[in-house]
Amino acid sequence: MSKFKKKKSGGTPGISTASLPDIVFMLLFFFMTATTMKDSDLKIENTLPKANQTAKLHKKQYVMYIYAGKPSERYRASLGASDRIQLSDKISTVNDIRNFVISERASRNSEDERYLTASLKIDKNVKMGLVQDIKQELRKVDQLKVNYTTAQGNPVE
Amino acid sequence: MAKREAPEVNAGSMADIAFLLLIFFLVTTTIGVDQGINRLLPRYEVDPPPPPINERNILRVLVNKDNQLLVNEQVMELKDLRVAAIEFLENNGTGQCAYCQGKGNPKSSDSPDDAVISLMNDGQTTYETYIAVQNELVAAYYFLRDRECKKRYGVTFREMEYVYNDPASKAKEGLIDDLKPKVEKIQKMFPMRLSEAEPKKNF
Repeated sequence: MSKFKKKKSGGTPGISTASLPDIVFMLLFFFMTATTMKDSDLKIENTLPKANQTAKLHKKQYVMYIYAGKPSERYRASLGASDRIQLSDKISTVNDIRNFVISERASRNSEDERYLTASLKIDKNVKMGLVQDIKQELRKVDQLKVNYTTAQGNPVE
Repeated sequence: MAKREAPEVNAGSMADIAFLLLIFFLVTTTIGVDQGINRLLPRYEVDPPPPPINERNILRVLVNKDNQLLVNEQVMELKDLRVAAIEFLENNGTGQCAYCQGKGNPKSSDSPDDAVISLMNDGQTTYETYIAVQNELVAAYYFLRDRECKKRYGVTFREMEYVYNDPASKAKEGLIDDLKPKVEKIQKMFPMRLSEAEPKKNF
């Protein structure tokens, strides 16, 4: 009787799945950190126009969002059918932009302030009259950096 | 009484739970970076003085309430606007611009430095058309800037400008200082003189 059993030959050894949770968790954390949840619930229609001469926006901490468009179906009864502006999560008027910009500036440190860009997310069916009013208001508070946020595509086609 | 040994927790289902969470985040994730046309608005002035510009140095682009285009009093299709703008910008009427490849038409702009594109909208123009026109005009400027930048520094102006404006570039020693003269030089060659007149109000 030998003390050492001869190793069983043949038959593939099973792959250890002990590290599977670790791998999955790693992926999980990646997606958790990479995810950006929509922070404001849009009450308006917001189909962006197409453009291809675009530049990427820098990090989110340097951007403030101004939305405009027609109120969407379920808010139409209370808000009417004409173009409206939405700042963070409430429907606003042109006059509110001033305070919005100032409070957005105040919520960031002064170092970042000069990089602050206003991202205009405006529905493609909005009339220019309203857009012009928004721009005028931004100019009055010296928020001169704007980005007409668009969808990718060729506008000519 | 004999002490009972604590039973081990079965970790076999851990992977399942993690998978469940993973799939949830996979589905909800949108790793999309917003893109758009960057513009710098002019400073607000109560009474902007009309700039003394020669008529031939202005390319007037008018968009009416039916989203039709009028360029220097002529109806134009949107797809032709880019070429028209490029031709106008580097026309080089005085012949002093060494890097221009324009035709030197005496009825068009004197030099890129003098050339102004004036955009006028109607209050009823849709934003979609406005963006399309902006897109074409910006494309014209960037076409010329990219060409010069590529010739001089081997990279497109667009790439250079993005790095220059990126707040993250502050961290790298000397990078901004290195790019600044280059960016400014190209910008000076083809300054973006894109003025927007107030739209006529007719709500």
